[in-house]
Formats: sequence, C-alpha cells, structure tokens
Amino acid sequence: MTVEQPVTDKPKIPAIELKQLRFFYQPDSWQLYLPGLRLDAGEHLFVRGASGSGKTTLLNLLSGIARPVSGELYINGQPLHQLSSSKRDTLRAQHIGVVFQQLNLIPYLSVLDNTLLSAHFAGKHQAESRARARELLSRLGLPATLQQSRASALSVGQQQRVAIARALLPKPTLLIADEPTSALDTDNRDAFMRVMLAEADANGCTVIFVSHDQSLLQYFHRQLDMQKLAQGVQPC
Amino acid sequence: MLMKLARLSLWNRRGTVLMTWLSLTISIALLLGIDHLRTEAKNSFTSTVSGTDLIVGARSGQLNLLLYSVFRIGNATANISWDSYQRLTKHPQVSWSIPVSLGDSHRGYRVMGTSTAYFEHYRYANAQPLTLAQGQQFNGVFETVLGAEVAAKLGYQLGEQIVLSHGVGAVSFSQHKDKPFTVVGILAPTGTPVDQTVHVSLEAIEAIHLDWQQGAPMPGRQLSAGQALAQDLTPKSITAAMVGLKSRMATFTVQRQINEFKAEPLTAILPGVALAELWQMLSMVENLLLLISLLVLLAALVGMVTTLLASMKERQREMAILRATGAHPWYLFVLIQLEVLLITLLSMLTAALLLSGSLLLLQDSLAANYGLFIGLNIIKLTTLYWAAGILLLAMLLAVIPAVSAYRKALADGLTVRL
Repeated sequence: MTVEQPVTDKPKIPAIELKQLRFFYQPDSWQLYLPGLRLDAGEHLFVRGASGSGKTTLLNLLSGIARPVSGELYINGQPLHQLSSSKRDTLRAQHIGVVFQQLNLIPYLSVLDNTLLSAHFAGKHQAESRARARELLSRLGLPATLQQSRASALSVGQQQRVAIARALLPKPTLLIADEPTSALDTDNRDAFMRVMLAEADANGCTVIFVSHDQSLLQYFHRQLDMQKLAQGVQPC
Repeated sequence: MLMKLARLSLWNRRGTVLMTWLSLTISIALLLGIDHLRTEAKNSFTSTVSGTDLIVGARSGQLNLLLYSVFRIGNATANISWDSYQRLTKHPQVSWSIPVSLGDSHRGYRVMGTSTAYFEHYRYANAQPLTLAQGQQFNGVFETVLGAEVAAKLGYQLGEQIVLSHGVGAVSFSQHKDKPFTVVGILAPTGTPVDQTVHVSLEAIEAIHLDWQQGAPMPGRQLSAGQALAQDLTPKSITAAMVGLKSRMATFTVQRQINEFKAEPLTAILPGVALAELWQMLSMVENLLLLISLLVLLAALVGMVTTLLASMKERQREMAILRATGAHPWYLFVLIQLEVLLITLLSMLTAALLLSGSLLLLQDSLAANYGLFIGLNIIKLTTLYWAAGILLLAMLLAVIPAVSAYRKALADGLTVRL
C-alpha cells in the first residue's frame, strides 16, 4: 500500500475502491499494478508522477475508457471491471467528471452549451441542468454575460473553470483532474485550486488530482506516488 | 444537442464545408438537370405531332418518312401521285388528311405546300391546334403563312414580299424570282418544326414549277405570275400526307391496306411508334450523359468524404472532449452521419433552386433555338427517387469517416493532447 494516510473503515459504500488492479497493453511489456486503493465520498487524492509513469493509463482505467486486465474496480459500488463498454460510458457520464490539462472546451459552442454537454450525456433534465449550470458558472466567476460567448473567446484560466463547472454539473461521484493547472500561472493556479476543491466539497465529490507539480500537494489530504507503483516499468 | 453540435461544428468548419457544399450542389444540379432535360426533351420530341393516326409517303423506311415529313430533315425518295392521294382521301375510314409537298426553301427554311386542312387538323403537344399570331390563313396562290421562328429570325411583317428558292440549301442559285409571295399570316410559336416552316398552298408549289423541268427553268418557256394563275394548278403529286381516321381501331387495317396498295408503292407509318423508335436511337447519348453526371456526383461525394476524413485529425480534441464527458463512440458515429446528412440535404435544396433558376432563364432560348419545350417543374417521382438515392449513397460513403471517428474514440481514450 502506498496510500499515505490510514484508511478508515466505514460501513458506507466507498466512492472508489480498487483491488489487485493490473493493466498492460502487451503481456511482455510495461504494466501497471495497483494493489489496493479506497476513497470515501469527499476525499481528495493527489496522484504524483512524471510522464510515462502510467498516470494516463490510470485515468483511463478510473474513467472506464480502458478495462483492467485483472483485478476489481468499483465506482460508487458498481463493478466497473465487469461492465460492458457501453455501460461504462453511461457510468462515466453520470458519475465521473473529467478536467484536462488544457483545451477542455469545444471552441464553437457557447460557454453554457459546453457546460451542458455533461448533463446531456448523463441524461439529465435539460431545463433543470440549465439553471444549475448558470449557478455553477456564476459561482466559478463566469457571469451571465460571459456564459453566452463562444468558449474560444475565454482566457485559459476561465476555460479551466468552465471545465470544472461541466465536470460537476451532473453531480458526479468522482472528479478526475489531469494536470488542470499546467497551463496556468502561479496566481491563477492557486485561485483555480481553491475554487475547484471548494466546489467539489460543496457537491460532496471525491477528487483525484494528477500532477507532477509537488507544490500542489499542500491542498490534499492523501497522495499516491506513481513512481513507487509501477512495476516492471520500461521507459517509453 | 446532437443537432446543435452537428450544425455548429459544420459552421465552425465553414470554409471547407462551403466548398463541399458547392461541389455537391453543382453535381446534384447537373444530375437532376440532365434527368429532367431528357424526360422533357423526350416529351417535347414525341409531342411534335399528335392526333395524326398515319403518315403516308412513297415506299421507304419509316424513320426516313418521319424525318422528312415531320422534322423536315432529309429528302423524300419519291412522291405520291395526286391520283393515289385522291383515292386515299376517299377511303371510308379516313376522316381528314393533310397533304404535304416539300422541296423548296426560303433562306434555309423549308417551304411546305399544303391545304387549309393543315390549319384545321394539325395538332402538336397535347392535341394543341395551330393558332395564328397575326394575319390569316392563305387564300390566294401567292400568299404564305410563316412559322413563328421564320418571321422572328428574318424580321418579316405581314404584307412583305418574299421569294422562294428551288431546292433546300441555305444558299440557292435558282430562285423563283418571278413569282414572289406575300406574307399574310404568322403562326404562334409551337416549339416544333412548324416554327421553322414557310407554308404555302399546293397550288402555289404547282404554279412556281409550271415553267420548270427537272430542277431547272425550261428554256424558252416563261410564265408570269398572272399567266400561271390562268393554268390548271391541280398538283400532279405530293410528298406525303398526314391522315386522321374516323376510328383509332382501324389504324392497323388502314395501314396494311395502304402498304399493300397495288397502283403505287406506298408506306404508312404510325407517328407515335416511329417517334419512339427514333428516340430509342437517341437514348444512347442520353444514357451516356446520365452516366457522366452520376460519375460527377460520385466524385463530389468522395470529395466530401475526403474532406471529412482530413478534418478528423483536427477534430480529435473535440471528439476526446465529447468522449470524456460521457459520449458513447456510437454518438460520434451518428454525429458524423448527421453532418453528412445536413450537407447533402442543403446541397439538394440549393441544387433544386439552381436548376429551377437556370431553367427559368433558359426556357425561352431552348424553345426558340432547339424546339425543346422544357417544363419548369422539376419535382416529380423520378426526382424523389434520385434524391433518395443520393442521400443513401452519401450516408453510405459517410460510414468511412464515421467509423474512423468511432474507432479513434475507442483507441485514443482521454489521451488527446497537443
């Protein structure tokens, strides 16, 4: 176990739980092995690792895009490792929000429509989502005047905040952020971290935050070091 | 939302989409246009003569007879004697007949000798009769009624005098100068060879040839117009005759009787059948045109698919975002198909507008220059078949970029970065 903080056993269903998770593209090459991890609702995990350490693969596994070769993976109690590809897509739409490094938005859609995409795929009620999306965006510092403009008109910092609003709109169990601050300067980065974690807390959302930036560790209760995890790593 | 994505994504790539749309519009308009023209041309062609049950001429092939009697193309091999014609008109089944006497011309336009039965019984298109735009039918021997195009092209007015030429060449060295004709009537346009014909009476044809023998003026024998009128002007022969029967049922019987006429070798044809046979010969060209336009359409569709495939690279990010927010790969497949559907539908709409517009502009000149009456209504059953076929083909070809999007979505996962 490489999880630094002790795991407290609670009777309630963990937001995410994985056991003996193993993944590889070819049996004789690089592989990823996670002996165990358990996150409760509202916990924030910092995943640290240089490029090539398997961060992306882990995110693909957690978000249901890739399927583990062996082991078990539960999101909100649902066995992701057993679900079909189409069911995993549905699960991702409803329970997982993703924020990328940058270029999170579809440039030709408005800010509001970009936000509403997640609710659309999660099959949420349109009018209800719209009201919630406006509220979320406003709280994230994107006033109504900005909400109708094209996503491409926003600054990078604003775009990343829209990405958070989109990720949180369908009230996901899990928010996955893949180096969302790498394109931001220090001031913007700190503002972004505070706003993201505050909104995640307000929504009771578990956060998995991936970065190579050690200085961001201060925002998190727990951390996972990819370098120590990957077994039989071959540099790629 | 799917619709909005497709619409806005297309708008976002409007540069390339515009070119695709343009090439599709042109090729669809071409295809529909050629299909429309061939149907309409066939209608126009086969409606050159209507209401006539039989065309009778000297023994020859049916196409030859049709071409010279109706289309004024080529020449008769022999004439029908006046006696035979008289016997034909007295046949109990014959209701009316129009004699046709050809062989002279006026500045490239054929001269046709006929009787006033022509104005009464000749029908074209959907049984439309001839109408006079100006003036009246010919009464006197040296009077003529002009087809619409003859009058328009040569700028003739009522009362003008014209001189007929011997033979059918555009430039003739032997003119019937001594017997000029007065224009007494001008026919309304019909869109048939009638427009290109100079009509005179049978007696006039006889009168101008009184002092001629074997295609040349007889030396030492000159008759003035006045002297000619004093002669017996009963024609000795005619070129052909159009016949209307009392009962359609009798058509084949009468045709056989004429073909077996003992006194003179004659041929009777059914104009509808002969026209259809003639059109058959032209249909190879028509099919070739259609094939070419189909290939042009295919090229445009392949162009569209190429553009879409090329754009998949720059849209990788867009696809990854959709995928990360929860889109199933099928969603991306449908999105691409929807985009193709939108472009194709839009192109079909503009193609229809383009085609209608050009037809509206060209209709008059087509009718005037080629004798083709092209209707403006391009929406008919075959158009709908074509539209459905084009859509189907487009969707089928769109499977290529759509599958590419689908597979990329599965393979790339969330890893797309710059």
